[in-house]
Amino acid sequence: MSNKVLLSGNEAAARGAWEAGVKVATAYPGTPSTEILENLVKYDEVYAEWSTNEKVALEVALGAAIAGARSMTSMKHVGLNVAADPMFTSAYTGINAGFVIVTCDDPGMHSSQNEQDNRRYAKFAKLPLVEPSDSQESKDYLKEAFNISEMFDTPVLFRMTTRISHSKTMVELGERKEVGIKDYVKNFRKFVTLPANAKARHYVVEERLKKLKEFSSTSPLNRIEEGDRSLGIVTSGISYQYAKEVFPHATFLKLGMAFPFPEDLFKKFASMVQRVIVIEENEPFLEEEIKTLGYTEVEGKKYIPFCDELSPEVVRKGVLNEELPHPEPIKSVMRPPVFCAGCPHTGVFYNLWRLKATVTGDIGCYTLGALAPYESIDTTICMGAGITNAFGFQLARGKEFSKKVFGVVGDSTFLHSGITGLIDIVYNKGITKIIILDNRITAMTGHQDHPGTGKTAKGEVTKAVNFKDIVKACGIEKVYEVDPHELRATREVLKEVMELDEPAVIISRRACALLPEERKKQAERPKRKVNVDICKGEKCLGCVKLGCPAISIKNGKASISDLLCVGCDLCIQVCPFKAIS
Amino acid sequence: MDKVFNVIISGVGGQGILTASELLSKVAMASGLDTKKSEVHGMSQRGGSVVSHVRFGRKVYSPLVEMGTCDLILSFEKSEALRWIHYLKVEGAKVIINDLELIPTTVSIGLDTYPRDIVKSIEEKVRAEVLLIPATDIANRTGDARTANTVLLGAMSNYLPFEPIVWEKVITESFKKHTIEANLMAFRFGREFK
Repeated sequence: MSNKVLLSGNEAAARGAWEAGVKVATAYPGTPSTEILENLVKYDEVYAEWSTNEKVALEVALGAAIAGARSMTSMKHVGLNVAADPMFTSAYTGINAGFVIVTCDDPGMHSSQNEQDNRRYAKFAKLPLVEPSDSQESKDYLKEAFNISEMFDTPVLFRMTTRISHSKTMVELGERKEVGIKDYVKNFRKFVTLPANAKARHYVVEERLKKLKEFSSTSPLNRIEEGDRSLGIVTSGISYQYAKEVFPHATFLKLGMAFPFPEDLFKKFASMVQRVIVIEENEPFLEEEIKTLGYTEVEGKKYIPFCDELSPEVVRKGVLNEELPHPEPIKSVMRPPVFCAGCPHTGVFYNLWRLKATVTGDIGCYTLGALAPYESIDTTICMGAGITNAFGFQLARGKEFSKKVFGVVGDSTFLHSGITGLIDIVYNKGITKIIILDNRITAMTGHQDHPGTGKTAKGEVTKAVNFKDIVKACGIEKVYEVDPHELRATREVLKEVMELDEPAVIISRRACALLPEERKKQAERPKRKVNVDICKGEKCLGCVKLGCPAISIKNGKASISDLLCVGCDLCIQVCPFKAIS
Repeated sequence: MDKVFNVIISGVGGQGILTASELLSKVAMASGLDTKKSEVHGMSQRGGSVVSHVRFGRKVYSPLVEMGTCDLILSFEKSEALRWIHYLKVEGAKVIINDLELIPTTVSIGLDTYPRDIVKSIEEKVRAEVLLIPATDIANRTGDARTANTVLLGAMSNYLPFEPIVWEKVITESFKKHTIEANLMAFRFGREFK
């Protein structure tokens, strides 16, 4: 056991990429995928970058693969929507050196806006699909994905889920195998997808799928585990682990390469067992493949829910309609995530709440501005939509209404997909008002650098994008810069902007309160105290409405936790009785 | 050990739950067992409720503990112990709770109330042994209040099938050099608390 280490699926995938001789790795941060690139950064042999967005990430890595370097790109499930355009065409061009696209799906939506099952992308884009079910497989199967990629001249879709990415299991490590840079030979018919070439490539793709189908029945990634033959279970990914808990004695068809579906292997399996049940999270991806083969008696979604993630108890309840005996639940207190003490977003959303603005939101920590006490945000769709949704509100409800509408977007998000929306507003003569919440980092996913921070993924100093210059270059003439912790000054700017008959951008700049430099400053500041003799407490609640987690009501008066207070002065600014110092 | 042992560690984002569950997994691994642990990063870290599942035994499949099979809950905050109580097995479970109340914003703004008599309500509903530990007070005796989590791990270790020497080895390997002594002391203080 001594040579084994405890790794998360993401750490193991990064290790697998390194062992496979990967030279170029790209990603845009997104839970639950982020730690893959964060771990690849540590290897000197690998060039690793935070890309501006997922489409850029996929294209950079594909370019490197065509030019001869084993390459990988990783992203969360919705990130693959952004990168779908190049992914679909990369199936036609094929590769040169191995190319793997890692998608980390989020069943249960622990940190996502939808529950899409990206296994469907494999079938849609006609790419082979590889799925690990623990950290060891995350490492080993990733190496095999590179072999499949080069064997069949195709990108491979490597699909993980939150419970694979963020669970830690034991892994036996291997060594890196250098594979070198492959020769690059210009190939007009393969890599230039002019219609005439692409038409010919489509035939290649269909032929390739047939060969991959034969291969998947013989691949060691797909296996039959013999057991009691009265029940046969088809499963993949994390669902395999839950099914093993509930049905330890059944016969299993465990799929690590589920697309193209291993038809011959399934037929063999089906002939061995009396009954087949498919246990899979979210979509009936495997079940549909099986039913298409004519096995209409196979059961799956009849028992297993479409919505939310699976767990051992969900599988047990679904298939056996039973629960293990357990105590009755006891209600606890609601504890949703909140803005941290000293969070720059607090100042902005406190003001937007006071101004009763309509706010189209975006993806980031600031999405929490939708929750109490601010309840400021009206929409949250995807990266960049904070800007464009706001323009849509203007088009539907007119300019007067639009004056009270603000689109909010984070710094990393603005660079990811906000700029095109801003240009659209200027070009189409909108008067939409946008706030860029520049907290100097990609915060929600745990502090990744981006093109605005002046540092690369490897920590090297680089040019930092100037937000003001970009906004001006888009054609916005009214650009304001505010410190969101200056509450009154920020509110004055918001009010001024609301009266404008032209588009405007407010850059709200203050670093995330969890950044190390900020923490140092906080340590030097005094903790804030409430003078209970002056405080009106429950009759006032002025400071409580800030939503600061350090502030609560104790014995009828405001109280500030020494443990949580970071010494910012927001509460001092909002207290109408000057009871805080 | 053929039977898989199931632990749930709960608390509030920022309390160090993931570090604690990592230590436990390492102890299980160093004791020659298979182990898996699962938790979720991202949204839940912003002051929200956080939970980590740790399982160990001869062979572990699911990284998630099944409802009705949890042998032990270790909670770094009182109300967070309540949240997972239905995961416990019905007989012979342990619940170790840090005597700390963190009042969420939902309570301050009047959307919810903080539960009262937490230990009593668990004891009424579950046949489990409940241990309330003033971990911060005990940690202060080491001279470093930040060792409260290690105090709790020490208290938990009394109910797990691992040798103290393995725990101390893992603690020594896992903490920064200047905090090892305080953490070892905290672990021993916690172990005395039964």
